[in-house]
Amino acid sequence: MDRVPLERKVLSENDRIAAGLRARFQDHGVLCLNIISSPGSGKTSLLERTLESLPKHDRVAVLTGDIQTENDADRLKRFHFPVKQITTGGTCHLDARMIERHLEDWKLEDLDLLFIENVGNLVCPSSYDLGEAAKVVVLSVTEGEDKPLKYPSIFFKSDLMVLNKIDLLPYVPFDMTAAAENARKVHPGMEIVKTSCLTGNGLHEWMMWLEERRRAHKAVVEAVG
Amino acid sequence: MHEMGIANSVLEAVRTEMGLHPGMYPCKVGVRLGEMEAIDPEALRFCFEAMIQETDLASLELGIEVCPRRHRCQVCEREFIVRDYDCSCPQCSSLATLCISGNQLELAYLEVEEYGSSTVGAKSTQ
Repeated sequence: MDRVPLERKVLSENDRIAAGLRARFQDHGVLCLNIISSPGSGKTSLLERTLESLPKHDRVAVLTGDIQTENDADRLKRFHFPVKQITTGGTCHLDARMIERHLEDWKLEDLDLLFIENVGNLVCPSSYDLGEAAKVVVLSVTEGEDKPLKYPSIFFKSDLMVLNKIDLLPYVPFDMTAAAENARKVHPGMEIVKTSCLTGNGLHEWMMWLEERRRAHKAVVEAVG
Repeated sequence: MHEMGIANSVLEAVRTEMGLHPGMYPCKVGVRLGEMEAIDPEALRFCFEAMIQETDLASLELGIEVCPRRHRCQVCEREFIVRDYDCSCPQCSSLATLCISGNQLELAYLEVEEYGSSTVGAKSTQ
């Protein structure tokens, strides 16, 4: 019996494609954000409010993933930015190959910002690198403040937590301080913004975070290029 | 839920690797799962066994090593296992610690045997 050392990542093929995407995003100065949450936490609503408040000439596009239906793309297309639906047909996450395929007929040189709205799922998307510059996790106040402890992987890997649906705080027993503490237990120093996509509360902080990331990304791209 | 995809990637890697070992067959493949990776070892094993049934890899065994989350202190260099999400250094209490293990999803090794040896087709006992 011989033991052959393999010493490589299980998802090395996905990671290889993701690295290629990351290099292309970098070359074209595109900031790519991978947005992840449970189903129904408000990823699409957050993107609706975001697209609504961006200037019409902004170079922004969205890839939105679901297991079935074009519903999310239909919601997001109203804002006249390029939007494409990825229907996975059963797969519970997006992988790098799906992103590569759906970017084929878009010119990256025409974009500055690409949102990827992942399939609603707090577990599986965390394992698949899509070439993004950062992951953003959305947690809504109807879900329970212990979510970061129950699903640590995605909170560990995300740069920002968006605590959404804060307009419902008077009606649900959700402890905001504990939620923030739990997130920072798993990921010390994690950035957090609190939003309501219904009332617009806190969206300014989210847009400020986005603007800051775009500015920082541009500075890095210019320094390298 | 994505354990099926992970199992498939493991099997693809085994088939690719076996192309480099003519005259041999694979007995056991070893993977390392970081506890932060959200992969359930039992679900992975279930998917793996379902996928190899009635294939040429039906006797392939899966070895799983679960790796705890380990951090290294950037101040005093102490390495420690993170328990209950407490990332502070047990030696100097610094919060400036970096994750060095526990987020891996890796293929570790493949055990191969020559065709014609006595254990052909039998499950490895390891």
